[in-house]
Amino acid sequence: MGDFLRETKAQLVRWLIHTRREPFSMAFNLLNPVILLIFMGGAFQSLAKDFTGGDYRAYLLPGVLALTAFGNSMAGGIPLLFDKENGFLLRLMSAPISRASILLARFLAVNLNTLLQCALILILGLLFGIQIATGLTGAVALLFISLLLGFGVTIVSLILAFVLENHGDFFAILGITALPLTFLSSAFVPLESLPGWMRLLAQVNPMTYAVDGMRTLALVGWNGSVLAHMAIVLVIFDVAMFWVGNRVLRRHMA
Amino acid sequence: MDPVIVRVVSLKKSYGPVRALDGISFEVGRGRIFGLLGPNGAGKTTAVRILTTLTRPDDGTAEIAGADVLANPAKVRSLIGYVPQELTVDPYLTAAEHLRYYADLYHLAGAAWETRTRELLALLGLAGQEGRRVRHFSGGMKKKLDLACGFLHRPPLMVLDEPSLGLDVQVRHDVWRYIEQLRDQGTTVFLCTNYMDEAERLCDEVAIIDRGRIAALGTPAALRSNLKRDVISVEVSASHDHHAEKLAALERAVAGLDLVRETMKDGTQLKIYVEQNELALPQILSSAAALSVPIHAISYSRPGLDEVFLHYTGHSFAEGNEHHG
Ligand SMILES: Nc1ncnc2c1ncn2[C@@H]1O[C@H](COP(=O)(O)OP(=O)(O)OP(=O)(O)O)[C@@H](O)[C@H]1O
Ligand SMILES: [Mg+2]
Repeated sequence: MGDFLRETKAQLVRWLIHTRREPFSMAFNLLNPVILLIFMGGAFQSLAKDFTGGDYRAYLLPGVLALTAFGNSMAGGIPLLFDKENGFLLRLMSAPISRASILLARFLAVNLNTLLQCALILILGLLFGIQIATGLTGAVALLFISLLLGFGVTIVSLILAFVLENHGDFFAILGITALPLTFLSSAFVPLESLPGWMRLLAQVNPMTYAVDGMRTLALVGWNGSVLAHMAIVLVIFDVAMFWVGNRVLRRHMA
Repeated sequence: MDPVIVRVVSLKKSYGPVRALDGISFEVGRGRIFGLLGPNGAGKTTAVRILTTLTRPDDGTAEIAGADVLANPAKVRSLIGYVPQELTVDPYLTAAEHLRYYADLYHLAGAAWETRTRELLALLGLAGQEGRRVRHFSGGMKKKLDLACGFLHRPPLMVLDEPSLGLDVQVRHDVWRYIEQLRDQGTTVFLCTNYMDEAERLCDEVAIIDRGRIAALGTPAALRSNLKRDVISVEVSASHDHHAEKLAALERAVAGLDLVRETMKDGTQLKIYVEQNELALPQILSSAAALSVPIHAISYSRPGLDEVFLHYTGHSFAEGNEHHG
């Protein structure tokens, strides 16, 4: 166990050094969500009054957080793919280390990043005067829900990193999934406003449930049944991805 | 303890239609430096990948200290250190951070880590550079750091895929000396190389690999002497009246010597193929003196591993490279 922790920590430290020495990449990641939230939110304020009943920015905040968690997690496997391409990963695989430490270290790094980004977005939102119905405790809950969504998506990304041959394929998959998955959810508009077939797809998208839960916290209050519904769906999603990941990666990392 | 550290038996590996390894077998004894010498595409890296548990062979077996690479990969990994052919350093990290990283992955104790880090940085001429990011390193510096990371944990078997690729002459010699030191302390070293001089100078044993097959196996000296092609050329001055008779007399005289295997007369030149140059040359010279042969010039040449390669594969080393282009 001591060895496992040491291996995981060494690899996590490496990933955190990457984040620290690449501050611009973090800034770019934050650019889109902030533009969405502060500027779009402000611009469509009056237009969206019908279904928000108030501050469209508060309505958007959960969507932006979910989007950030999703995007960051989905891209989380890319550095592993680069490691695979340049031989770094092979060298690692020849070392007497637990395979799980490679995955766990990356998983932790990705989700620490997500936490940091979502926290910054929240703080910025609060500074711009966005009100959260459930207050500070609710804000912490929003972060937690973002991570709950991010966990499963990170696993998907790790699987892709090991299954795909090169980063070009990875970026292609990112490109064709990110936008549809966002719009086939309740991230920006209520489910009811989507046409039938889109609503159906949105209903199997875990992002929808994360957003619904967060939106209740942001706009309404501690609504037990919505939150429970969300928690069940997200936990099932995470566990399912873990199960799939365990099966696939065991084979690919043997 | 089994004195054989690496045991490879009819190993095969194909990538689609390419037969990277076509049934190679060899053994490496404990505390030896074993070199796999071959041109580009010969299958060296493929063999390394199998020994380091990174690639599954199609057929045959490979064992490290009795542990099978397929059945017991975890055990194998705990016995080896591996420095790949390509650079695997991380541009974001400093040299010191790399060493720390591998020390943690190989569970090295703090004290050993510090002394070895200092020793390796000094040996490889990286002292004073440990705080710099590798992004700013030259290619050679990156290779040195790669080697340092591999040497750090002192495994029973070091696997080095082209260890001196991209190093300048000075560092190359330092690295060779260090590898010899490791060997003298009991480490077994398995290395791949493209360089004849590296195999010749460093390896206790060499396997010449060509197109996925082992063409020859033995100590560099044995491989060379198997060739029996040390050649001494004696040239007589054509201006001398009886040069032809004198040369013929010399040929008869030396043909009776034990060390001489073959002679060949060609105009004013006599080629004498001998077993051991150092011993044969004085004998030939004294025969020539006794017969007062009018010697104009004498030269001798030893076969290099390139001739060894040619002899065993039927084509030159350079052609081997072209073959796989
Ligand atoms: N992953 C792979 N996929 C397809 N073909 C491969 C792969 N790895 C190696 N090969 C092929 O197998 C053959 C042997 O390659 P290998 O890398 O073992 O050669 P090598 O002796 O290490 O050469 P070099 O001196 O250039 O490093 C080559 O023809 C190569 O193209
Ligand atoms: Mg190679």
